[in-house]
Amino acid sequence: MRAHRQYLLGRAIRRRRRLHPIVNRTRQIGRGDILLFMTLRNEKPRLAYFLDYYRRLGVQHFLVVDNDSDDGSGEYLAGQPDISVWSTRASYKDSRFGMDWMNYLLRRHGSGHWCLTVDPDEFLVYPHCDTRPLRALTDWLDASTIKSFSAMLLDMYPKGQITEQPYVEGQNPFEIACWFDPANYAIRKNGEFGNLWIQGGPRGRVFFPEDPQNAPALNKIPLVRWERSYAYASSTHMLLPRSLNLVYDEDGGEKASGCLLHAKFLSTFVAKSAEELDRQQHYADSQEYRAYHSALKDDIDLWCDQSRRFDDWRQLEDLGLISKGNWA
Amino acid sequence: MTMAVAGGRQVKLGVVMLCHNELALAARMVRTWVTGGAAVSVHVDARTPDAEVAGMQAALADQRDVVFCRRRPCEWGMFGMVDATQEAAAMLLDRFEHVTHVLLVSGSCLPLRPIADLVAFLQRHPQRDFLESVTAVDVGWTVGGLNEERFTLRFPFSFRHRRWLFDNYVDLQRRLRVRRRIPEGIVPHLGSQWWCLTRGTLTAILTDPRRPEFDRYFQRVWVPDESYFQTLARRHSVNIESRSLTLAKFDDQGKPYIFYEDHRQMLEESGCFIARKIWPHATGLYDYFPRPAGVAPSAAEPQPARIGRLINRAVARRNLGRPGLYMQSRFPRQDCENGKTAAPYAVLYGFSDMFPGFQEWLQARVDADVHGHLLAPDEVEFAGGAQVGPGALPNSAALRDLDPKGFLANLIRASNRTQIWQFSPRDRQNLNWFMATDPNARLFVITGAWALPLYQSGMPFDDVRRIAAILQRKETDMLAVLQSVWLKARVHSWNLADFSARPAAALQTVVQRLGGEPAQAADPPAIRDLTGIGRFFQRLRNAGLRPQNMGDFAVEEPPQKAGPT
Repeated sequence: MRAHRQYLLGRAIRRRRRLHPIVNRTRQIGRGDILLFMTLRNEKPRLAYFLDYYRRLGVQHFLVVDNDSDDGSGEYLAGQPDISVWSTRASYKDSRFGMDWMNYLLRRHGSGHWCLTVDPDEFLVYPHCDTRPLRALTDWLDASTIKSFSAMLLDMYPKGQITEQPYVEGQNPFEIACWFDPANYAIRKNGEFGNLWIQGGPRGRVFFPEDPQNAPALNKIPLVRWERSYAYASSTHMLLPRSLNLVYDEDGGEKASGCLLHAKFLSTFVAKSAEELDRQQHYADSQEYRAYHSALKDDIDLWCDQSRRFDDWRQLEDLGLISKGNWA
Repeated sequence: MTMAVAGGRQVKLGVVMLCHNELALAARMVRTWVTGGAAVSVHVDARTPDAEVAGMQAALADQRDVVFCRRRPCEWGMFGMVDATQEAAAMLLDRFEHVTHVLLVSGSCLPLRPIADLVAFLQRHPQRDFLESVTAVDVGWTVGGLNEERFTLRFPFSFRHRRWLFDNYVDLQRRLRVRRRIPEGIVPHLGSQWWCLTRGTLTAILTDPRRPEFDRYFQRVWVPDESYFQTLARRHSVNIESRSLTLAKFDDQGKPYIFYEDHRQMLEESGCFIARKIWPHATGLYDYFPRPAGVAPSAAEPQPARIGRLINRAVARRNLGRPGLYMQSRFPRQDCENGKTAAPYAVLYGFSDMFPGFQEWLQARVDADVHGHLLAPDEVEFAGGAQVGPGALPNSAALRDLDPKGFLANLIRASNRTQIWQFSPRDRQNLNWFMATDPNARLFVITGAWALPLYQSGMPFDDVRRIAAILQRKETDMLAVLQSVWLKARVHSWNLADFSARPAAALQTVVQRLGGEPAQAADPPAIRDLTGIGRFFQRLRNAGLRPQNMGDFAVEEPPQKAGPT
């Protein structure tokens, strides 16, 4: 495991040359600031709402890798006062789906900070997020000597065919994609890394019912008090050293956890999935995108009569998707 | 200055404040106390950067009723905290001769009520020491920590920074049965660190002729700030009210609860004098508290019960969790679940083999979701043939088999109605132990009923015999689980012969136990034809397979037409 971690860090450091700084404002980062790390490609329409959302939660600096966007995302980000941007034309697949870049930036700029590593379509929700800023959570985690915070991916979808309601730039995506599966999640423990594998949700239900082993993993640990020696092993699903993956209690108790609302299934998704399929740059030969694309040709509706409409974090807490733990 | 007059002597409050960080806030709190009429003696941890301390001193330079004492290093759990308190208290008593009561607070303690209220409260019992103090032997006061051993072992190593040494040294002492001698004349007591003592008691503790001996002893006691004053006050005071005036709750890791802006109303209603800890950035709370003094100070008792409940609930959530919940931050090991499932459910084994239309029949008679064979190998048979069941669980068997336990727990937790389903040896058997060890499970079992569909299948006898052997093996395995000493489910069991002799009575029992009206069970559903079953069992026996769980059937002559060939 130690060797594996060093291999991951070695890859990350070697691939740093492929990152070209566009705007480096990392000098602005103050002690104890909360940082957000992300890789993106052609996500311009989402960015305004995304940045606004996380600024309001209390993220103080964004570190973004722009993987060859041609829709103006890079320029837009470079124009923001609290964002540092790197660009790369290197292969997403060859950089372990962006994780080499993230690991390098985390190691270089994230040490000693609470770091949130998310995609541009993931929105963090945690207990009390309507009344307490992210800083309250990280202070509490610090006081409890907790180093990593679990937030599983909760796939959100609209009612009706996903092309029906077009997404407008800057709009809250959850005005459209406001439905989710309340209890359709299968959990297994990964003995090697000690993390939980969570699969299911609407993607498991609609795209992978006969082949659930290959359904995308929903477990994520996006918020970590970073140290130089840490590394994400596979997306943000699991980390090394392994102790960071123990975000769950095994004696019956509940640890605090949140979730990432996943605004993937919007009208923009159809074009995106066709493009991603063409690029062949995704996990497991883009199997996931292949499944989406074949299903979407028939314009599938992810909604079912057991779907729930999203209200707030309390609803997710009652359903048992997230937990307050002992953060009362 | 706030003075309250009663019983001859006026109460004058002195405050000892211990701080180590967030000094700007601490300075603000000092001002609050001084404005309320108290004299304050401040101790700042020696490890805090000097520049910050200088800033705080400058900010309070205009205050005549504030003194800063010599700085000592305060490592959590070590004697430094007591040392600092002694230092600051001695200075307070020395500089402010009219102080009658000394209150110990930290920089992150926030007075909720007007300080005049606290003075009025103390004035009601001017001779009383408010200090939580319980004997270490009798009561487990501490949460999750050492009790008596705090006093009988030595603790030279820091718990926070040298955890390995700490743990192993404790272990070693336990193994060697080392016990320290407790100084004569004191009985170890424990209690909250935050107290309010009268001048008399505090002076007696600080000027005790045996103080060097006690100090030496407490230097190696663990977390002496929760025992030094609590123990020695017992030696000098006869008027101890064993409770703290500061609302300071701890979770089971010994970590204080932190209050945020959304606790504002609850804190106000609690009527507590002082609360800790407050999140330093909860500016709303700092702006709102302490409440402005009313016309007349109120000496009303604090009512912390509601906050106590909130915190107890949080502790229970962290330690016990919600029964039947398996999620990203709660994934209990087997038999550590504190409730394997969230609600009662019922499993009907063999009924659908006996009565082909049983599911629909039962659905009409009970207020519950009656599913088909949820654990069938090829498809999850939800009630009404639904594609998607409760909680948006799909009817895909592959997805269910990824995490069968989670599937069941999700199904039961996600629906408000009781879940009932059919079961047979043809289904997946991998949840038998789970159900049998779950007190929420109610199992109704007809053993041997699996043979009926087989008997009427019309398949070649060789195949029938082979399948019968497999199904019987599975049933025997399941019955072994149900007969184990770990059984927690409630099981009602019949064999095929008993059940078929009086099916109506047995069905009445089932319907009644499931909360239905037994009278409605008077018309049982169509039962499979049992004619010639005795002969069938005899044929199996002749083929070397002994039917085990069917009960006794007479071996009639084979009927002319029916039966497998």
